[in-house]
Amino acid sequence: MELVVFVLASVMVVAGAFGVILRPHPVHAALSLVLTLFGIAVHFVALGAHFLAAVQIIVYAGAIVVLFLFVIMLLGVDKSENLRIEPLPVQRPLAIVIGVGLAGLIIAAAVRARDRIAEGPALESGGDSNIKALAQNLFADHVFAFEFTSVLLIVAVAGTVMLTRREKRGDAS
Amino acid sequence: MLAAMQPTTTWYLVLSALLFSIGAVGLMVRRNPLIMFMCIELMLNAVNLSFVALAFRFGDINGQTAVFFVMVVAAAEVVVGLGIIISILRRRPGATADDLAELKG
Amino acid sequence: MLDVIWLIPAFPLLGFLTILVFGRRLGEPKSGYLASAAVLASFVVSVGAYFALLDMPSEERHHVVDLFSWVPVGDLQIEMAFLADPLSITMLLFVTGIAFLIHLFAVGYMHGDPKFSKFFLYLNLFVLSMTVLVLGDNLLVTFLGWEGVGTCSYLLISFWHTSDANASAGKKAFITNRVGDWGFMLAMFLGFSAIGSVNYLQLNEAAAAVGQPGAISQATATGIALFLFVGAVGKSAQLPLYVWLPDAMAGPTPVSALIHAATMVTAGVFLMTRMNPMVAAAAPEVATLIAWIGAITALFAATIAIAQTDIKKVLAYSTVSQLGYMFLAVGSGAYVAAIFHMLTHAFFKALLFLGSGSVIHGMHHEQDMRLMGALRKLMPVTAITFIIGWLAIAGVPPFAGFWSKDEILLFTLAKGGSGTILYVIGLVAAILTAFYMTRQVIMVFFGEARWGSHANESEAAHLDESTDDAGDHDAAPVETHGAHGEFKPHESPPIMLFPLVVLATLSVVGGLLQLPGFGFIPDQWQGKLEHWLEPVVFLGENHITDTTAYQNKGWLALLATACALAGIIGAYLIYAKKKAKPIEPKILLEGWKYDAAIAAFMGGPGRKAFEAAAWFDRHIVDGAVNGIARVVGSSGGEVRKVQSGYVRSYAAVIGVGVLALLVWFVIFRGVL
Repeated sequence: MELVVFVLASVMVVAGAFGVILRPHPVHAALSLVLTLFGIAVHFVALGAHFLAAVQIIVYAGAIVVLFLFVIMLLGVDKSENLRIEPLPVQRPLAIVIGVGLAGLIIAAAVRARDRIAEGPALESGGDSNIKALAQNLFADHVFAFEFTSVLLIVAVAGTVMLTRREKRGDAS
Repeated sequence: MLAAMQPTTTWYLVLSALLFSIGAVGLMVRRNPLIMFMCIELMLNAVNLSFVALAFRFGDINGQTAVFFVMVVAAAEVVVGLGIIISILRRRPGATADDLAELKG
Repeated sequence: MLDVIWLIPAFPLLGFLTILVFGRRLGEPKSGYLASAAVLASFVVSVGAYFALLDMPSEERHHVVDLFSWVPVGDLQIEMAFLADPLSITMLLFVTGIAFLIHLFAVGYMHGDPKFSKFFLYLNLFVLSMTVLVLGDNLLVTFLGWEGVGTCSYLLISFWHTSDANASAGKKAFITNRVGDWGFMLAMFLGFSAIGSVNYLQLNEAAAAVGQPGAISQATATGIALFLFVGAVGKSAQLPLYVWLPDAMAGPTPVSALIHAATMVTAGVFLMTRMNPMVAAAAPEVATLIAWIGAITALFAATIAIAQTDIKKVLAYSTVSQLGYMFLAVGSGAYVAAIFHMLTHAFFKALLFLGSGSVIHGMHHEQDMRLMGALRKLMPVTAITFIIGWLAIAGVPPFAGFWSKDEILLFTLAKGGSGTILYVIGLVAAILTAFYMTRQVIMVFFGEARWGSHANESEAAHLDESTDDAGDHDAAPVETHGAHGEFKPHESPPIMLFPLVVLATLSVVGGLLQLPGFGFIPDQWQGKLEHWLEPVVFLGENHITDTTAYQNKGWLALLATACALAGIIGAYLIYAKKKAKPIEPKILLEGWKYDAAIAAFMGGPGRKAFEAAAWFDRHIVDGAVNGIARVVGSSGGEVRKVQSGYVRSYAAVIGVGVLALLVWFVIFRGVL
């Protein structure tokens, strides 16, 4: 059963990924991204990270991708990109080499490490133990990082507002 | 027999590697700034997947906490990044990544 | 008293500074008397130091007065220190004494010159430099004085610098000296690299300690001795660097007397004597080389002197020749004889130069001997003193020159090996010396007066010249004696005659300083200078008491006297009795065309070499430096093309980097 889930979710992930990089139309690419994110969320559930799966859907798929679509619509960049031409000739072959190399090497490393990843104690499961454990860890061991990320969010919002402010007409600056 | 096979951690790591390299290739190949951004998101998700997989394997909740932080920072980064893209593309509508070459030395 | 030997240079320094500030106000003759007084004060202190040294036992006569630390740089520690020992005090006595006499002479000679005070300014500066040179405790202090006297020589030779010839002569002297100075500097560097010091005591001790640790190897000693000799060749006008000395006669006669006869030119001999242990520790070929160069120079210059017509040029070549004798002595290991000849030469050469200055002054600045003659009745004191100087230089006993020259020839013959040939050369040069000096005396003081017919023309010409300041005569303002018509050479004023008399007396009795070991001379009168200088030269001095030459020294002395008389008689027959034609080939007048050869070489191949060196510097040395800059610039220009501005390329490059890292870790290091 887990196998089926794994395979289906993985197909979603990979298909969506290819869609992102191959679809010329930005809106199509954004929707492919959503597919990928859903697939990842399914994997999270399978791996017992229920809270994170939820956050993934809500934040990533629900907020970030929507934000992407807002911008696409706002700026009118929904024209398709012409994927036939490539101004930098070396780019495509180099990209393929890098992609294959990266994937190959990391997979090789992972396969080689197969025996070294020891069986450890399982995560607590059942009920809302995942949330409890996560909350415990977050607010006890990593509370400083948590506070700083909230600061980070405020800074990001303020910064973006500053960046995208339209200059007032008639102002010399 | 097939049904008896369990997806092991290695499978997840392999998937994560694949997803990461797809994102990397896309970053290098696509010229639309927004799509390049989406490829970055792909790569971040790949990393998240491996974190969670290993957290599951070792029974260490810290992996999931890391994912939590990655998501938060990714969100902040998207906000700022899209703000920058808006600022640039307002001035130059229809610009691609190749047109934004002011750093040429 | 020995602790205040620093006063010896201090007095002329004080004189220099005073005249520098107040010279114009003091004017003539006060600035001259002030300068003379400063030098006299130095002389008095030198005498005091002499007696203080006499009080000390012979081995301890080596007093160092350390003034301050001059160069304290890590391993190089050089003090400004003065050394009072028999050699330096001997030099100081005659340097300051003769300088004082010449200062007095100059007060009379430079009368009426608009730059009177400046002359004495430079003279005091010279005495300051010379005393520092002699008193130096180490090579660098001596070098300081060495350069100082070179500078003063330049300043004083071109004193009447409005004439191009005088200015060129000054430059020639300075530049030729510089070639020698290069050798001196190399010797200093060698000495420092060998034992880490340039102090005389340490250098000489290291040279003497042959074979022991801390000693100087023979190769190093050879190098040091040779380079010092190069410096000496430049300063003391030996072949091949003698060319500046005849031209230096363009300066006023007191300058010629002081610098180019008695003091500065002896600095080379002094240096070699001071470093005699080094010469002794060097390869024997070095001493032989020194002796040969001295002998050849003596002969060469003597041949040129017999054809000269300018009264000062004869004396200039004579000086070169006599200096050759001193180096012959040094090369033969006869340091005492060299210093002895230096002393007697200082007496009679200064006398001869001042005498010639008196003649020039009395002849209203005529210097051509062909226009003189029969002056002995009109300038009696000058004539008598000049004749005494003549007898001294010719080597007629019992005058001073005979004793010193004879001693040199004795040591040369006793040297063995090539010593015999050198002895013969020395004898021939002695004959020629007697010959040309007799010729000079006859042409100037005897014979018929040749100045009457040309007088008005030459006086008018001089009047013109003195306004234009052209020509190479002493171009001081001319006092006309009763306008046109009556031109009569006259005797010089007493202030100029007094030094002549003193120097003549010294030329007569100077021989007493170092009487040889003849039987008829009482023991305590024998070899006084030798005993006095022994602690300084005992390492380098050749001991010849058991050689054949020494056994026959009486016969050798007679032979030397015979040579002197032969030269005198020969000149007498040719110039006074006109029994034969004078042999004065043009080539000798032109100095064997040596100067012309140098000019041709420097103008021709020399110039090519200089231009090649300049080209090398411009294109290769500068080119290398500029080339590096250009390479950096152009490579930067190429490298900057990496910054294409395309974000995607940057991403690709980053990707390549990551891939490489992964390859390294996964495949080669086997991580995971």
